[in-house]
Amino acid sequence: MPKVSVYVTLKPTLLDAQGRVVQTALENLGYTNVEGVRIGKYIEVELAENGHNLNEQIDEMCRKLLANPVIEDYRFEVSE
Amino acid sequence: MKFGIIVFPGSNCDQDAYYAVRDVLNEPVEYIWHQDRNLKGADVVIVPGGFSYGDYLRTGAVARFSPVMEAVQKHAESGGYVIGICNGFQILCEAHLLPGALVANDCLRFVCKYVNLLPQSLDTPWTNQCREGQVLRIPIAHQGGNYVADAETIRSIEENGQVILRYCDERGCVTEAANPNGSMNNIAGIINERGNVAGMMPHPERAVESILGSTDGIAILKSIVGWGRRAKESGRIMAPAGAAGLG
Repeated sequence: MPKVSVYVTLKPTLLDAQGRVVQTALENLGYTNVEGVRIGKYIEVELAENGHNLNEQIDEMCRKLLANPVIEDYRFEVSE
Repeated sequence: MKFGIIVFPGSNCDQDAYYAVRDVLNEPVEYIWHQDRNLKGADVVIVPGGFSYGDYLRTGAVARFSPVMEAVQKHAESGGYVIGICNGFQILCEAHLLPGALVANDCLRFVCKYVNLLPQSLDTPWTNQCREGQVLRIPIAHQGGNYVADAETIRSIEENGQVILRYCDERGCVTEAANPNGSMNNIAGIINERGNVAGMMPHPERAVESILGSTDGIAILKSIVGWGRRAKESGRIMAPAGAAGLG
């Protein structure tokens, strides 16, 4: 049964306020070499086997619902 | 003008909007459940605030695919009036009825307070009752009201006069300090290119009686009533599908 890992991240042009706060927290912990933190989403999708083009279907699911292409980038990996 | 108010699981400003339309505007109004596929002849559709579908995934992302949203899409395409308030604004952006998107407030907190708003483009269906330089005092209540869009979109909505409300200070100056959520260009409300679809983060329906603290929201709601009535009379804008036979 194919298992899909989808990673959704804010577009690099957008400020990630959460990431900024976490970066400051890391710096406060003494990690002086942290140059950037960006927070995204990780989504696992399990699919039943079918004859369709799997990658095409997942890409469509990402564009339609899992990510908002206006503000987010996405990528995915398929494992068995 | 008949109003229809969409009710999603998790909507919580639907009753406020209903009250404002029925008791303050004295216009006919009906609720429309998110599973309905017709708009009950509404001329103006209000997509109200709240936390539709628990804000799961992204605000508005799931509500956008409700059965009723297909009817809202068609209504908008045929020139019918639609306004999204707060969560409704987020839903209309997700549905691509409005450009851009709303992301987390830059302060990362839920902000619930009165803000000052400067109406822009006073010849739109939603702002025509506002006066030049008038500052509206209307509350906001949101965690994801930070309006963003790519540079090209921002340029085009600014050039087309599609920004209808901007956060400002009490004197009407648009400043960084007056921006409660980090929105680009202090944008609090926009319209689509045609002007029949609007979205705004502040809640005009919560500012309709002096006992609530402000009556400034009435200007927005009255704008659409007057505009819609004039448009109907002159036949300027095609009557929305489903409105045929309405008086």
